[in-house]
Amino acid sequence: MTGDVLAFWGLALLLVGSALAVVLSKNLFHAVLWLALALTGTAGVFLLLEAEFLAAIQLLLYAGGIVTIVVFAIVVTERLVGERISQTSRRIAGGAVVAAALLGLIVSAIVERPLAPAEPSIGADLTRTIGELVQTRFVLPFELLAVLMLAALMGAVYFARPDD
Amino acid sequence: MGLQAYLTLAAVIFCIGLFGVVTRRNTIGILLGIELMLNAVNINLVAFARFHADVTGMIFTVFTICITVSEAALGLAIVILLFRIRRTVMADHLDLLKG
Repeated sequence: MTGDVLAFWGLALLLVGSALAVVLSKNLFHAVLWLALALTGTAGVFLLLEAEFLAAIQLLLYAGGIVTIVVFAIVVTERLVGERISQTSRRIAGGAVVAAALLGLIVSAIVERPLAPAEPSIGADLTRTIGELVQTRFVLPFELLAVLMLAALMGAVYFARPDD
Repeated sequence: MGLQAYLTLAAVIFCIGLFGVVTRRNTIGILLGIELMLNAVNINLVAFARFHADVTGMIFTVFTICITVSEAALGLAIVILLFRIRRTVMADHLDLLKG
């Protein structure tokens, strides 16, 4: 039990620290690397929640896919090395006030509600359960998702086509 | 750890992402903030699924992750297209639709 608590606080510190680095670092390339760390930390949180399958998906799609795409976009739009990659922020005070106000609102709502204190285990093979549900009860959303991803890929290819 | 700890962690990350979206001037930086916010939502979904012993939330997370990846691919394609047309990725300079 104490191991769980320790792991949670470690991951929480890692996540909050890297998330702050994502929004505060001056170098955009560094921000992407911090984002990769934050996404990997989230995979750790999923492991802590006994969702191994989701942790794997998170690492493959998010930490692998998105970070690659973002780095590619940075290389295309700016030079990888050089001055232009630095970025500035504006209205930091206003943004901090908005974010802090929303945080206060959400946390007060969380603290007020009595939330499931018991911790029942899902047991069974989670990956198998997810696969079976996707093929039976959630088959329609699953197919819609396939259409959506195809459309998104075609759209991205269309946008990135060479000028003619 | 209880459910509230995970929800609070997700709320903190969501607000940090919101801060990034509001303050960044670079379009790619704004997209990074959006990724953080979506990520926080995923933590919420998985935490609820775990604590209610209901797999539905985890399937929803799979869908969210897929949609997020589509969103990132399309968003960055748009950024690259805008860069071609305007030679800038600063959100302040992208005022084509301003009347």
